[in-house]
Amino acid sequence: MTAASQGEIDRKARQSWIDRGERYGLLIAWLVVIALFGAARPDTFLSWANFSTIFGSQAVLVVVTLGLIIPLTAGDYDLSIASMLTMSSMLIAVLNVNHGWPIGLALLAALAAGLAVGVANASIILYFRIHSLIVTLGMGTFIHGITLWFSNSQTISGIDFRLVSAVIVTRLFGIPLAFYYAIAAALVIWYVFSFTAAGQRLLFVGRSRQVARLSGIRVDRVRFTALVTSSLLGAFAGILYAGTTGAADPSSGLTYLLPAFAAAFLGATCINPGRFNAIGSVIAVYFLVTGITGLSILGISTYVQDLFYGGALIVAVALSQLVRGREERLS
Amino acid sequence: MTAVPVPSAASPDAAPVLEIAHLSKSFGGAKALDDVSLSIRAGEVHGLLGQNGSGKSTLIKILAGFHEPEPGAVLKVGGMDVALPLQPGDFQRLGISFVHQHLGLVPSMTVLENLLVGENATAGNWRIKWGAQAEAAQALFKRFGMDLDPLAPVEKLSSVERAQLAIVRAWRQLQENRQSLTHILILDEPTPFLPAADVQKLFALVRSLVHAGASVIFVSHDIDEVMDITDRVSVLRDGRLAGTLATREARKSDIIRLIVGRAVDLEKMRAPVRPLGPLRAVLEDVSGPNVSGFNLELRAGEIVGITGLIGSGYDEVVHLAFGSVQAIRGRLALDGRQTDLTRQQPDKAIGHGVVLVPGDRQNDGIVATLSVAANATLPVLTRSHRGWLVSERAMSAVASRLAEAFDVRPRDPMRLVGELSGGNQQKVVLAKWFQVEPGLILLDEPTQGVDIGAREQVFQTIRRMSDKGACVICASSDHEQLAAICDRVIIMARGREVASLAGAEISKASISELCYTNAIDADRKRP
Repeated sequence: MTAASQGEIDRKARQSWIDRGERYGLLIAWLVVIALFGAARPDTFLSWANFSTIFGSQAVLVVVTLGLIIPLTAGDYDLSIASMLTMSSMLIAVLNVNHGWPIGLALLAALAAGLAVGVANASIILYFRIHSLIVTLGMGTFIHGITLWFSNSQTISGIDFRLVSAVIVTRLFGIPLAFYYAIAAALVIWYVFSFTAAGQRLLFVGRSRQVARLSGIRVDRVRFTALVTSSLLGAFAGILYAGTTGAADPSSGLTYLLPAFAAAFLGATCINPGRFNAIGSVIAVYFLVTGITGLSILGISTYVQDLFYGGALIVAVALSQLVRGREERLS
Repeated sequence: MTAVPVPSAASPDAAPVLEIAHLSKSFGGAKALDDVSLSIRAGEVHGLLGQNGSGKSTLIKILAGFHEPEPGAVLKVGGMDVALPLQPGDFQRLGISFVHQHLGLVPSMTVLENLLVGENATAGNWRIKWGAQAEAAQALFKRFGMDLDPLAPVEKLSSVERAQLAIVRAWRQLQENRQSLTHILILDEPTPFLPAADVQKLFALVRSLVHAGASVIFVSHDIDEVMDITDRVSVLRDGRLAGTLATREARKSDIIRLIVGRAVDLEKMRAPVRPLGPLRAVLEDVSGPNVSGFNLELRAGEIVGITGLIGSGYDEVVHLAFGSVQAIRGRLALDGRQTDLTRQQPDKAIGHGVVLVPGDRQNDGIVATLSVAANATLPVLTRSHRGWLVSERAMSAVASRLAEAFDVRPRDPMRLVGELSGGNQQKVVLAKWFQVEPGLILLDEPTQGVDIGAREQVFQTIRRMSDKGACVICASSDHEQLAAICDRVIIMARGREVASLAGAEISKASISELCYTNAIDADRKRP
């Protein structure tokens, strides 16, 4: 065997280790973060109660992130998803508490609102050929205005306990059911992205509209479906939010937008690097939340949340750019 | 490989698999196609040649279902009458598949995903078996002598592998379509970005597809390639069929006469040996990723060609001199002014009177969605405005003057560059750079995708600049072009100069021969 081919083998072995490191890097980083905080505050941080709270309460963020990665994969942004969440939870509270609708009907109304907003987003984007960033930015503020109007800008509590019970009170292995709903949604999206023709269509539309069109993909239909699904998941996240708190307020849902983007981009650096993926998104959400929970247990004040999420978004995008650059050099 | 018996392509009685008759198409009064009739025999490779605007693209687009032909046209596929016009996508049902110049691959996705995109586009497949598909793909590649990893991203493939993948994908789509017994592949200019050696690989693939039962329409600018791969060739000129020839019996001059409508003496395109000026530009010890220790001295007005096989580094020297690829070592002196190439940057190079006309026109040379005026005046923006304001009228005036001088058609400076033909786009690029009166002109494949008529004009433009005293370095794998314009040709292998030709020694044949013999020698000398 010549030196050249030995070098080639070494290079390949090194490459496969780099690939593996990249794939599981975020998972390892998460475990490291847990170990570090665990060492610092073993009694409070490493308790099962702490983790079940983290898992249960952040199901909403997981669902919002999953909602984002669908249009992101197809090359579209949905900035209205957090407003959709707020509108959905507020709608449930107003209909159920103020108007006495049965909870089931209120949930259907919330999902119908999600469908309507998704169809509006997609129709405007596709009919007028406007960038999704602009349309959903406007739509987000617009539907938030509607939310403030029909709720009189008030926090409404006292939502039907059956919803609260089905979301956060009932536990399986000590973790609220909300977590399992989010994981189920993640598994469905993982399967669709990985093993179906629909997932391939979504990916091709996102990478090159032109190639997709010439390959016979109905690009507009794919983008439409992606944007509607995203709004529906926003509405679903609103249901989980209403169930988690038993109440709805007209503004706190909006704070989910940036963490969800941070998690979506961070998730795209692992498991299937370079692609928005469901499993990566779930890991990214819990990595970020674990970091923030740990820091607040250490007694660091709440501004750290903004530092952490904002920083993570930029670091995630920078990381994926680095991966790109390295691949280009290797080829 | 399972051999499928095919009727000999050369036999004239082989049944036509595709017949077109009385095909006409007008755009706003101008006839793009005028009563064209063509017939493609089963199992043949049929060349389709013609200048830009001759009607080739219109014909292809009618088959693809993008254009509607005028009534009265007849189309038969596999002997059956087909109703016109076709709808987009109908061609699949008819057993026709296209490979366009822009291959339709997504670089960041895997070979396998790109291979399957056509069927995933419409199928409601809810359970893709990636493992089985990867094996099937590997078997398919192996059958046609290709060595591709189905799970590798397409961006890691070489240009020729990408072209092969696109062609095999088209073939596979024909196979998947069981309704149809015809297998017609239409290759629309698949080769212009490939070096000569890779074109042969592609042709080997085309031959084995023909052997497996395909009939091929091969659209190209390159007469030599057409003569190499086709059984028959049809030439379109001004929307009419100028003639169909059996390739084996045709001479190159016959084909050229059909294309341009008059006889062109190729030898006359060769410039006479000219008197040269004093020493003007010097490249010294230039080294980069694929070049080591390259030296070159140019006299005023001298045109020097650099060529070699792919990987020899011939295409890198111009980028090292311009600073678009970072040099490891090396110096450039122009009119006595020294530049350290390790610190060369494009903006600095332009400031020193060095310009580069890039090969990848679509990405590096022009902005297709801006006007001719905006593109052409970019390098002189700083001159045409006073203070901070850019005067649109001044820009337009400059552009009109340039369009006149460089014969850009149509002469409308406000037209978008993307609407011009390839040849005219290249004239805009040349106009853009040559107006600054550079001292050293670096060219990277200056006539790629340019038709034969515009090619001659590009050559004249280059010669005119050299007559004014500019030094020109032209990197190209088009040996005919080098033979036509160069005073001297340098052949590279393994990053070094291995041979050079000057004056009367230069011919297409002598350059090609030196490229191949030296590449082999360099391989032998390698430890």
